[in-house]
Amino acid sequence: MNALPGKTIPFDLNGAKLLPLASGALYWPVRKMLIVADLHLEKGSAYARTGQLLPPYDSRATLAALEQTMTGLETHSVICLGDSFHDEEAAARLDRTDVDHLSRLMAGRNWIWIAGNHDPAPPAGLGGETMAELVDGPLVFRHEAEDAAFNREVVGELSGHFHPKARVATRARRITGRCFVEDGRRAILPSFGAYTGGLDVRDPAIQKFFGRDFRVHLLAAGGVFRFPASALSR
Amino acid sequence: MTLSPSELALGSPFTEWFESRGWAPHAHQLEMLAAVRAGRDALLIAPTGGGKTLAGFLPSLTALAAKPGEGKNQGPHTLYISPLKALAVDIQRNLSAPVEEMGLKIGIEARTGDTPANRRRRQREVPPDILLTTPESLAVLISDEEAATYFGQIETVVVDEAHALAGTKRGDQLALCLARLQVFSPGLRRIGLSATVAWPEELKSWLAADGDASSVTVVKGGDAAAPVVSILETAERLPWSGHYGLHAVPEIYQEITKAEVTLVFVNTRAQAELLFQELWRANDDNLPIALHHGSLAREQRRKVEAAMSAGSLRAVVATSSLDLGIDWAAVDLVVQVGPPKGISRLIQRIGRAGHRLDVPSRAMLVPCNRFEVLECRCAIDGVEARTLDGDPPGVGGLDVLAQHLLGLACSAPFTADEAYAEVTRAGPYRTLQRSDFDDVLSYVEDGGYALKAYDRWRRLFKTAAGRYELADRRIALRHRMNIGTIVESVTMKVKLKRGPVLGEVEEYFAIHLEPGDSFVFAGQMLIFQGIRETTVEVTRGTGDAPKVPAYMGTRFPFTTHLSDRVRDALADPGSWSGLPDQVLEWLRLQQWRSVMPGRDGLLVETFPRGGKEYLVAYGFAGRNAHQTLGMLLTKRMERLGLSPLGFVASDYVIAVWSLEPATDMAALFDQDMLGDDLESWLEECSLMRRTFRNVAIVAGLIERRLPGREKTGRQVTFNTDLIYDVLREHQPDHILLRAARSDARGGMIDVGRLAEMLARAKGGIRHRRLDRVSPLAVPILLEVGKEQVRGAADADLLAEAQSYFDEAELVAEAMGGPDHGELPLR
Repeated sequence: MNALPGKTIPFDLNGAKLLPLASGALYWPVRKMLIVADLHLEKGSAYARTGQLLPPYDSRATLAALEQTMTGLETHSVICLGDSFHDEEAAARLDRTDVDHLSRLMAGRNWIWIAGNHDPAPPAGLGGETMAELVDGPLVFRHEAEDAAFNREVVGELSGHFHPKARVATRARRITGRCFVEDGRRAILPSFGAYTGGLDVRDPAIQKFFGRDFRVHLLAAGGVFRFPASALSR
Repeated sequence: MTLSPSELALGSPFTEWFESRGWAPHAHQLEMLAAVRAGRDALLIAPTGGGKTLAGFLPSLTALAAKPGEGKNQGPHTLYISPLKALAVDIQRNLSAPVEEMGLKIGIEARTGDTPANRRRRQREVPPDILLTTPESLAVLISDEEAATYFGQIETVVVDEAHALAGTKRGDQLALCLARLQVFSPGLRRIGLSATVAWPEELKSWLAADGDASSVTVVKGGDAAAPVVSILETAERLPWSGHYGLHAVPEIYQEITKAEVTLVFVNTRAQAELLFQELWRANDDNLPIALHHGSLAREQRRKVEAAMSAGSLRAVVATSSLDLGIDWAAVDLVVQVGPPKGISRLIQRIGRAGHRLDVPSRAMLVPCNRFEVLECRCAIDGVEARTLDGDPPGVGGLDVLAQHLLGLACSAPFTADEAYAEVTRAGPYRTLQRSDFDDVLSYVEDGGYALKAYDRWRRLFKTAAGRYELADRRIALRHRMNIGTIVESVTMKVKLKRGPVLGEVEEYFAIHLEPGDSFVFAGQMLIFQGIRETTVEVTRGTGDAPKVPAYMGTRFPFTTHLSDRVRDALADPGSWSGLPDQVLEWLRLQQWRSVMPGRDGLLVETFPRGGKEYLVAYGFAGRNAHQTLGMLLTKRMERLGLSPLGFVASDYVIAVWSLEPATDMAALFDQDMLGDDLESWLEECSLMRRTFRNVAIVAGLIERRLPGREKTGRQVTFNTDLIYDVLREHQPDHILLRAARSDARGGMIDVGRLAEMLARAKGGIRHRRLDRVSPLAVPILLEVGKEQVRGAADADLLAEAQSYFDEAELVAEAMGGPDHGELPLR
């Protein structure tokens, strides 16, 4: 099957070989596991609640993108790295159609909701398992990257939360896009939700987790492109 | 002095006041009075100066003077609308003086966004007779719950600089507000004050109720003395390309020393900065020369304006920021650096000099390159022939209508039929389809989303009687904070490290800076240090090769009329006499090497150069249309296997380069490119996204200001690109997408003009295959490299960039290079 739309270069995280996908999801082939961060379902209606009537189609757009990512990609389990729901009432605002769609995606799969700051207690009733953190082999899954403390190094960490994006100079123009950022020890995933913006990887909030030597995997229509930190423009 | 019957009609104390000054009323002032007294709307078309403002106010002043009693007003008698806040405040001063001298008890007050809250409150409680305001402030007043009472007795509206408002979104908004005022006060009379325009009939329709031009009496002000306009004959070598005019700085400086006060107009802010800096370098006499453009801090601009009024400046370098505004009588010379792009605009700018009808305005044009010499020549011919140009106002924007409908609901409930009847009385909306109106109303009501409704968070509630009312009073508060149709681009403050804020640059420019880059801003050389939150931090620098600010400010549209004149001049060698030798030589060389672009048809040259194939088409359709053409041509060339690499467009020509030569020009330039190719490109292009952003903000989908967060100002609260993508996918016919498409087609994409050009080319393409670049094509080829090159897809560019870094990484790794000490743990 044409499992991978577009080009991509795998990266290694604490010995696990991972594949960044152009949709913003990460695939772990040996586990047949798909990892996504920051779906922010029902962000549109959260804004509507405060008077800005954004098009209420973000959840269906996000779920459609998720389905498209899974198409042709053998997926036994899905890990959502937190902030899957924009707020604690978000799940209740999901349309019937969207709930059904989500159920179809979850059916027959091991589905894990990692708790995020927007959704500390992911909703009951939708299925799936909720946890604060998950350790699987060489990898640890959490919402927000952890500061190294007490001389304990963080290794094999996968997280979301920061919505990283990067800017790269090309021959014709600079191109900005969502990205994965990793240094072989930890990786931060781009946000997957349709209405999620981004934070430049050069921002101190993201920089503090990485040394000088890290790589970004920039998403574009048609592929994921890898660049060393030295290639980034600010 | 003998008095005519109409002069007598002026009555006391006006006649005495004119006499005491030894003045006589101008004929146009009395004609305006007569028209309004006869119950008609009136439009005064006159050059600046000559008592235009007084002509607009005389009908109100005489009526107010004759009004009996001292009773408290319910609301103002007369409303004056100006596009500039500063003008509203200035008029208050200028009008109060004669009113006091005549001993009249007429209250005159200004209300703008800068008016403090306590004065606004007082203006509500004790309304002045004459209220001076802007379109935005009027829209806020209209949205008030008491608006019907407040404006119930209004008799006259005076719209100043009407030519500058008609055809813009601010003009649409004003027309809708006037329709509202007419409902409050059916007897309302409208007075327009305008510069000379190419489309007086359309302007009348814009001004009048029901778009009925026949209700408007046009009064012509005295013609100004014919201006004296010349072209700077430079002794320097005239550049082939470039738009800064720096070669002429010593000569411009000489002109400044000879004149009393000079206004130096340029077309972009970047140009203003550079020219200003170079003028100071040449300023051996230390003349007070100042800088004025829209990116400078407001206080700084006010300071320059005040210095101008006080007569303490000898010259100001300015962009369109000074096109309108307070009259400075002392200005005796206008210098236009760079091409004027339109004859009406040039006449306007020239009119800023010599504000007396009997003294001719003096102006000098400074072409920055050889093409511009032709354009300047043609513009002067146009000024002498007194032709005018520019496009008449089009139909009103649906985003503005959305903002207005919410404003109506904030004021009072309405039925759909009432509101439709009312808004179609506004000139720009008289052809509005009911179905479009209904879609806009439905958007205002609950977002108008077809697949999923926001029932719980609707803005409007429809009662059983079919009246739309505000679902929640808090919506009104937020709406009033977001009124306005000018959408500023996202900007960042420029701040000296441990120093003051110097002004603002567009975010687009700021994010392209690398630490250490130098650029000229606010007349100083600055070094970019970094971005702190929303501030660009800089230090002072030295040196003379700055990275010039890329913020363009305005890029004026090249009018069709001026373009036709340039075409005609090129086609007729008989008209070349008097052109500078350098230009003549250039044109003759073109005749010899290739051929001149004719009056009709389309000249296309192709030639090889540096291993690439170039195609240059002389479309003369303006930069926007050429940009669109460039996108469509490269698409088509890609399909034909010609491997296009990029293109660059100017007002005159489009140049495309590719690996393979194009041969079948008829097929390449076929009109069918305006079908599917255009549609599919339009949806993806960044101009469309930018247009959608503006529409989304004006229509209130995205709010600029939220209660309690007033200071965040221009930063919008949501990235509109994300919304655009989702909406396009799930509801491609949503009213806001339709509004954005129609805005884009008319403006940045300029489909209309491209279509005209292609129609003209059909059957008339002259293809010249050359062995080298033609003289006429040199200027555009010199633009390659300065202009952003478009045409390639993101993924291709990134793949290319990646391969470069992969290689660099490999080499660095192999050679044990720096920065690779930390290998990933395994």
